Amino acid sequence: MTYLAKPPLHHPSLEKNALGFTRRDYEGRISTLCAGCGHDSISAAIIQACFEIDLAPHRLAKFSGIGCSSKTPDYFVSPAHGFNAVHGRMPSVLTGANIAAKDLIYLGVSGDGDSASIGLGQFAHAMRRGVNMTYIVENNGVYGLTKGQFSATSDKGSKAKKGAENKDSAIDLVMLALQLGASYVGRSFSGDKAQLVPLIKGALSHKGTAFIDVISPCVAFNNHVGSTKSFDYVRAHNEAVNRMDVITPRAPIRADYEPGELKEVRQHDGSILRFRKLEDDYDPSRRNAALAYLGRKAMAGEIVTGLLYVDPDAHDLHDALNTVETPLNKLTDADLVPPVSALEKINAGLR
Amino acid sequence: MPKPIAATNDFVVKFANVNGSGSASANGLFAKAILRMGVPVGARNIFPSNIQGLPTWYEVRVSEAGWLGRRGGVDLMVAMNPQTWDADVKGIEPGGYILYDSSKPLPASKFRDDITLIGAPLTELIAAEFINPRERQLFKNICYIGVIAHLLGIEPDLVKQLLTDEFKGKDKLIQPNFKAFELGRAYTENNIAPIGLKLRRADKVGDRIFVEGNEAAGLGAVYGGATFCAWYPITPSTSLAEGFEKHCRALRKDGEGKSRYAIVQAEDEIASIGMVMGAGWAGSRAFTCTSGPGISLMNEFVGFSYYAEVPAVIFDVQRGGPSTGMPTRTQQSDLLLAAYASHGDTKHPMLFPANPTECFEFGAQAFDLADFFQTTVFVMLDLDIGMQEWLTAPFKWDEKRRLNRGKVLSYEHLEQGVPFGRYRDVDGDAVPYRTYPGTHPSKGAYFTRGSSHDKDARYSERGEDYTEGMERLLRKWQTMKSHVPAPIRKNANKRTPDGVIYFGSTEPAMDEALAAFEARGVHLDALRVRAFPFQDEVFEFIRSHEQVFVVEQNRDAQLKSLLVNEGGVHPARLVSVLHYDGTPITARFIVRDIADKLKAGQAAAAPEKVK
Ligand SMILES: Cc1ncc(C[n+]2csc(CCOP(=O)(O)OP(=O)(O)O)c2C)c(N)n1
Ligand code: SF4
Ligand SMILES: [Mg+2]
Repeated sequence: MTYLAKPPLHHPSLEKNALGFTRRDYEGRISTLCAGCGHDSISAAIIQACFEIDLAPHRLAKFSGIGCSSKTPDYFVSPAHGFNAVHGRMPSVLTGANIAAKDLIYLGVSGDGDSASIGLGQFAHAMRRGVNMTYIVENNGVYGLTKGQFSATSDKGSKAKKGAENKDSAIDLVMLALQLGASYVGRSFSGDKAQLVPLIKGALSHKGTAFIDVISPCVAFNNHVGSTKSFDYVRAHNEAVNRMDVITPRAPIRADYEPGELKEVRQHDGSILRFRKLEDDYDPSRRNAALAYLGRKAMAGEIVTGLLYVDPDAHDLHDALNTVETPLNKLTDADLVPPVSALEKINAGLR
Repeated sequence: MPKPIAATNDFVVKFANVNGSGSASANGLFAKAILRMGVPVGARNIFPSNIQGLPTWYEVRVSEAGWLGRRGGVDLMVAMNPQTWDADVKGIEPGGYILYDSSKPLPASKFRDDITLIGAPLTELIAAEFINPRERQLFKNICYIGVIAHLLGIEPDLVKQLLTDEFKGKDKLIQPNFKAFELGRAYTENNIAPIGLKLRRADKVGDRIFVEGNEAAGLGAVYGGATFCAWYPITPSTSLAEGFEKHCRALRKDGEGKSRYAIVQAEDEIASIGMVMGAGWAGSRAFTCTSGPGISLMNEFVGFSYYAEVPAVIFDVQRGGPSTGMPTRTQQSDLLLAAYASHGDTKHPMLFPANPTECFEFGAQAFDLADFFQTTVFVMLDLDIGMQEWLTAPFKWDEKRRLNRGKVLSYEHLEQGVPFGRYRDVDGDAVPYRTYPGTHPSKGAYFTRGSSHDKDARYSERGEDYTEGMERLLRKWQTMKSHVPAPIRKNANKRTPDGVIYFGSTEPAMDEALAAFEARGVHLDALRVRAFPFQDEVFEFIRSHEQVFVVEQNRDAQLKSLLVNEGGVHPARLVSVLHYDGTPITARFIVRDIADKLKAGQAAAAPEKVK
């Protein structure tokens, strides 16, 4: 393991985004995860997505809990502040920071143990509240960092590396997120960058709670035959309902789709989500239909991926709290400390 | 029969009611009317953990001398709850009085022959004038206020003024309330003989206000610049969040009605403190309010705050523990829990307000301390201060005071090239600099983590990095001593080898006990500690006395443990006076216990003297 920062080499041919940043500007420290770990591919997709939507790196705020997956915010977008919370409690910390500083872009990264086991309560309540954030679960069906115990997303009947079978029903975080009110819900696979990057871009541009469940195989403890979260299993059962491209407000519109099944959704910040349907009867604007569809497919053993639901006009927690435009952390003494005369009035009322 | 008690401006009235019967506002009216006569009162609700149907009491101590702690004993019992009749009758001092509803006759065996019976047919009086059953119940309360107002000599106009104020905006209710009051008053004038308890106008209230500590602390948070409260309901802390909200609604809206604050009712206490951490980290002043069970749940985050250096304020309104314990009774039993909350080597500052005025002051100051020291600050209230209205000095604020945000590097600092290393001790006070997220495009970002880190916030498993950080935290602890509220010392009239240490809501009882000791010629120097870590003065006080009593409202002598642990004091020097049955400590208890212990000490010391 090494903790050296990467040398900041700027190759002249490196492409720049609209703000003049290159991909390198979105990188982090060198990962200490196992070679081949799915989580590293997700970090790479996050870097790509931030670069492509022209996000100023320091305007991102990164949060995580505890686990291999939760280590990753150190491995992308170094110019951003990061917060590695306690196990299962990332959502509350992110929520508090978001309340304090609503002018930043919020990204929470968690694991299936972190979010579906110890942190299920905080996960659920964050979905309900409409915190304006992107919440990514790097889902490998095990506790990687504590060496391979089943997590709550492990499928019933899935086998551990040493052969033990999981007897408990799995929690499907996508279904929960849909039920509980997340306004942007997707599922993807760490091995499918083409699908994952646009999903993250759409989520970062979304106003409201965006949740993405990313199946992310653990090469050390859950990539064997008999596991339902291995690379081979996921490739064999992946059923993408759509392919998406995200057009940022500033970006020129590129026509790299065949004409035909195209649908466009304009989000709050002006970004456009453009879909190509792969599954004829799938419509990501209908929450209940999505739930029913996912239920049916799960029974058939299929892993449905793609953008599963989006409400481009969602409200967020700050709308509900009716907070002032200025972020709370930028309010001054004059905004916050009432005059002495107000205190004298209060005293008078208590006599 | 002993002589009926005769006392002016110095007695205890206790109301026994059923909760949910609407007695609270009538009883509160009684206390306020006395205050308006310029006579100090100490008033306490004694209530069950229940919404309707169980017994509740309201105890009003009238004391022109200004002793506002609980006295113990009852001179006039207003016995309106048949369920608790027997115990209520038993609690009356010999020569005392009982007011009861004589609408239905009670057998003589239900009374005592050493007290004066005052029967008033309240139910009948009310039934003749009001029809609706809820009205009958509510107005019966005002009716008995009419009875005792006349007996004690409360001016009717004072009560009527208070009723008018209370029902402003619901004017239809004013006349029926007047009528109910007048029914009781007139009946008493015509049918009941005068009693020995009397109220007389005095001028002893001054500019003091009558307010509960929770509301005061919530208001302190507003003046202290708090912008965010995350909480989970728990008695006795709930009214703190409500107080914050009430005052924010009045004082923290912009011209368009938008809020310069946010309040989130979280799903539990872990989420509450997690949100507070997030907000504090991002540069907003944030707090949560809770009681013992909530602190138990918050432990992991409190340790995180200590080690990763994230500011937070927790108001702990203590109640009777352990476990669910006595949720509606008072104790000072979370000291050890808060002081060393969380695993590993940790310690956390605590402030101990002794009255609502200090709840306001410390409620504001806690945010300056949390921001400056980048750690969790506990403000330790208890049910007695938090949920009872106390007569206390008015709130004060210095117009020139500025919020002290502590060591935060701004965009300009970073732009000018001020070097930044998150956990470096630049100024020699062990307090590092921090940055808020999003401050600068390329400088000042860092990664906050609860795992071991080096001076620049990088993950490190090197023993030297770890111990260097832990030792700096200890030095930071030393710096804190000169910033937290200093203890207050009251010397006896004569030099004495005996001292007493106390804190928080014990103060009014202690003041009264000290006066009682002086009157008996027993001398005690007293020190009220107001914060943890303890200043050197606290240990100096202990060193300069042969024996120091430590008065606290818990079983295990938690303050004493902290003194022994933090100051290396020999445990034998500290003699515990412990009160923990859930009722507020009284001067009577303190005087008796300390007197007994002084006597026992003399007896033990005597043989030596003979030698
Ligand atoms: C309170 C607490 N309990 C247990 C642990 C030990 N622990 C560390 S990581 C982890 C599981 C992480 O699993 P997951 O979130 O799926 O992350 P992965 O490593 O699989 O990416 C556990 C149980 C802890 N850090 N804190
Ligand atoms: S143990 Fe599994 S999850 Fe953790 S780094 Fe290795 S492969 Fe990834
Ligand atoms: Mg996992």
